[in-house]
Amino acid sequence: MTTNILEMRSITKTFPGVKALQDVSLAVQRGHIHAICGENGAGKSTLMKVLSGVYPAGTYDGEIVFENETVAFKSINESEATGVVIIHQELALSPFLSIAENIFLGNEQQSGGWIDWNKTNLEAAKLLARVGLKDNPITKVRDIGVGKQQLVEIAKALSKEVKLLILDEPTAALNDEDSAHLLDLMKHLKGQGITSIMISHKLNEIKAVADEVTIIRDGKLIETLDMHTDDISEERIIKGMVGRDLGSRYPDHTPHIGEELLRVEDWNVYHPLDHQRKVVKDANISVRAGEIVGIAGLMGAGRTELAMSVFGHSYGHNISGKVYKNGALVDTSTVAAAIDHGLAYATEDRKRYGLNLIEDIKRNISLVSLHKISKRGWVDSNQEIVVAEGYRKSMNIKAPSVEALAGKLSGGNQQKVVLSKWMFSDPDVLILDEPTRGIDVGAKYEIYGIINKLADDGKGVIVISSELPELIGICDRIYTIFEGRITADVPRGQATAEYLMQHMTQEREKDNR
Amino acid sequence: MSAFRSALNYLGSQLRQVGLIIALLAITIFFQIATSGITLKPINVSNLIVQNSYILILAVGMVMVIIAGHIDLSVGSVVAFVGAMAGVMITQWNIPWWAAIVLCLGVGAVVGVWQGFWIAYFGIPAFIVTLAGMLTFRGLTQIALQNQQISPFPDEFRALGSGFLPDLGGGTTLLEPLTMGIGLLATALLVAQGIRSRLARKKYDVEDEPFAWFILKLVFTAGIILFITYLLASYRGTPIVLVVLGLLTVVYAAVMANSVFGRHVYAIGGNLNAAALSGIKTKRVTFMLFVNMGVISALAGLIFTAQLNLANPKAGDGFELDAIAAVFIGGAAVTGGIGTVTGAIIGGLIIGLLNNGMSILGVGTEYQQLIKGLVLLAAVAFDVYNKRRSGGR
Repeated sequence: MTTNILEMRSITKTFPGVKALQDVSLAVQRGHIHAICGENGAGKSTLMKVLSGVYPAGTYDGEIVFENETVAFKSINESEATGVVIIHQELALSPFLSIAENIFLGNEQQSGGWIDWNKTNLEAAKLLARVGLKDNPITKVRDIGVGKQQLVEIAKALSKEVKLLILDEPTAALNDEDSAHLLDLMKHLKGQGITSIMISHKLNEIKAVADEVTIIRDGKLIETLDMHTDDISEERIIKGMVGRDLGSRYPDHTPHIGEELLRVEDWNVYHPLDHQRKVVKDANISVRAGEIVGIAGLMGAGRTELAMSVFGHSYGHNISGKVYKNGALVDTSTVAAAIDHGLAYATEDRKRYGLNLIEDIKRNISLVSLHKISKRGWVDSNQEIVVAEGYRKSMNIKAPSVEALAGKLSGGNQQKVVLSKWMFSDPDVLILDEPTRGIDVGAKYEIYGIINKLADDGKGVIVISSELPELIGICDRIYTIFEGRITADVPRGQATAEYLMQHMTQEREKDNR
Repeated sequence: MSAFRSALNYLGSQLRQVGLIIALLAITIFFQIATSGITLKPINVSNLIVQNSYILILAVGMVMVIIAGHIDLSVGSVVAFVGAMAGVMITQWNIPWWAAIVLCLGVGAVVGVWQGFWIAYFGIPAFIVTLAGMLTFRGLTQIALQNQQISPFPDEFRALGSGFLPDLGGGTTLLEPLTMGIGLLATALLVAQGIRSRLARKKYDVEDEPFAWFILKLVFTAGIILFITYLLASYRGTPIVLVVLGLLTVVYAAVMANSVFGRHVYAIGGNLNAAALSGIKTKRVTFMLFVNMGVISALAGLIFTAQLNLANPKAGDGFELDAIAAVFIGGAAVTGGIGTVTGAIIGGLIIGLLNNGMSILGVGTEYQQLIKGLVLLAAVAFDVYNKRRSGGR
């Protein structure tokens, strides 16, 4: 019967040329956590934008019933006034304002146009307590981590008397600890009667907290599963998302490991702004030809800092240590020098550091290696097309042509463009930082295949990832890093999630090697 | 039917360029009617080119700076400073005019090195550095001229600004033969290049431009060039500044479209971090852009001084704003990464036409400013609207 807080009936939303949503219905029970999953571009975010009024009533077909009343939100303000609050993947906090100011932004605790600071900070402190955050409300948002910022967003939602909380990929940018805390908080809020909808790629999280899961594929509703009555495995959900059995989530791979390609010795890096703070401490890593080496560490452990400082001193201050390439000491102190010595670094943040989003695919692919397709400083644009077209086919980049803008592609295809760019530079060692972040399951499998192929071509591949199953699934050897220090060097056979996590969370005496 | 629809879609994607051309045509036609035919008289077209040449030249340098995500507010003052130095060199130091030209271009390069250093290597935003430059170079101009004007200049020097290529017909022909020759050659090259590039793109299967539209565009551009050639040939022939401007446009359009350097500029403007992590020497590219801008400003300063036959402490006042406006009317993005040299030239022509037409009509400068301001706003508003419309999900 009507224990449903929300019913969306036969929602159809059309953009010029595409049906983003086709006859999708969704029923969310009061006090439940309802997960929505689907591949990138399946229509999850569009559905939530319809619900929250980002796409105003009238621009879609169908009916929305919230608390037994038909609603037609014309803007996000209207939906928030009714108690529907959406927290987007990209956090919308102002970094230079305090936590309290952010919580009450647009909803200031005022009397007659003047802000009541005591009330602001007092109320903020109460809300922070509800989300389990102990920080002082006058702390500036830029001084707290991403995990805490996410909690501030939730506190902000609570301040608006939220009845239905929508979280879009809430843990995408969080480390495991913060993710676990956030999931606990969601359960806690559920206990207080707040209904949540959560969009997530992370199936283990869905399994941990969700009561129901709705699967969307290609803008159509596939199924809604009850996580309690049905025996739902992760494989079962994946099957619904991709419409087929993936068999294994990681392709089979037999490594052919050769000579050592790269060795980094006694690597030390200080924080670029806080010159006292050491972020990488005496790190020693190496990778051999044909080897896939993982770096496992919590966010902030120094994984990216290690990789970027080796790659052209792109991060850090007062960097010291030695880099050996094929046994010879080399200088990698500029990006150009690092590339010349056969290094490549594919960033964890494609949009900010990896791609020129307003440029097309071919020009993104050619950027690092323009010298290969140019004579005396002039680019041969025909050859550029041939090169890009080759990668579009071999990497299976889904785009109408190589002249499509990078910014219009889905996450998985953007990642393939980044990988193509570095493959075209023909490096010996590739450092891939979170190569599958924000990418749907099907594309992940393709990326793993590409990584295996790179190793089979005799390249050394270093993979940095927050997802332990991924590292265990594809790596021949895994380093763990904790507080800037390499804490273990784990061969494939010994790598279990528990063992790795142990070394990622507690420092151990360095192996004498 | 589907062919028609795909043609419509294609035109939609080209809305900005088509809109720019239509705006230029509409403004021309409007003034042609409003001035009862004076606008397109041979003498006026010749003047229009000559009198706007320095703004167009500045726009060519400015568009590159803006694509890289920077701005240059100092170009007006640099124009004045270089003019002053030319005056001092030629009339007070008695340096030959040709040597003075070379030295003045060198002065422009030094100005660029100075500003480029602070921007690229010291990391001060270009807005601040060039705002400071705007004041310092204006000050240096007044010091160099001791607040006096310098005039006159030798005839050879003046030819740079207001001279014409020699009349091969000796003034006896109805149409000047050299100009006609240049115009026909330019048209032929343009058509050949258009066909060659289309064939290449067809071969690699990336051509999405409908054939009819390709032909229309080619015929239209060729027609415009031949028409202007005809007008110039029936007056005094080809202005020397047009040759300079034409060469600059062709060279820099090619650099921005097809050179490694040009690609690096677009990459830096599109995403500075990604460019740096791709091994591009971002500081050096930025530095070179400002050196280039300095030299181009110097060239504009020489042409302006030669045209007026006068080095004046107040010269070049507000040129930076006209050049920047031309670039943005021409479709460049305020955030960098987007823009073209030809777009900037068309933007500059629109401003030039407005100035010229309104002056003929006797519109006061106060209304000229007002109208130019609104045109700039409308052009950028059109861009923003366009982007939002095609933004999709």
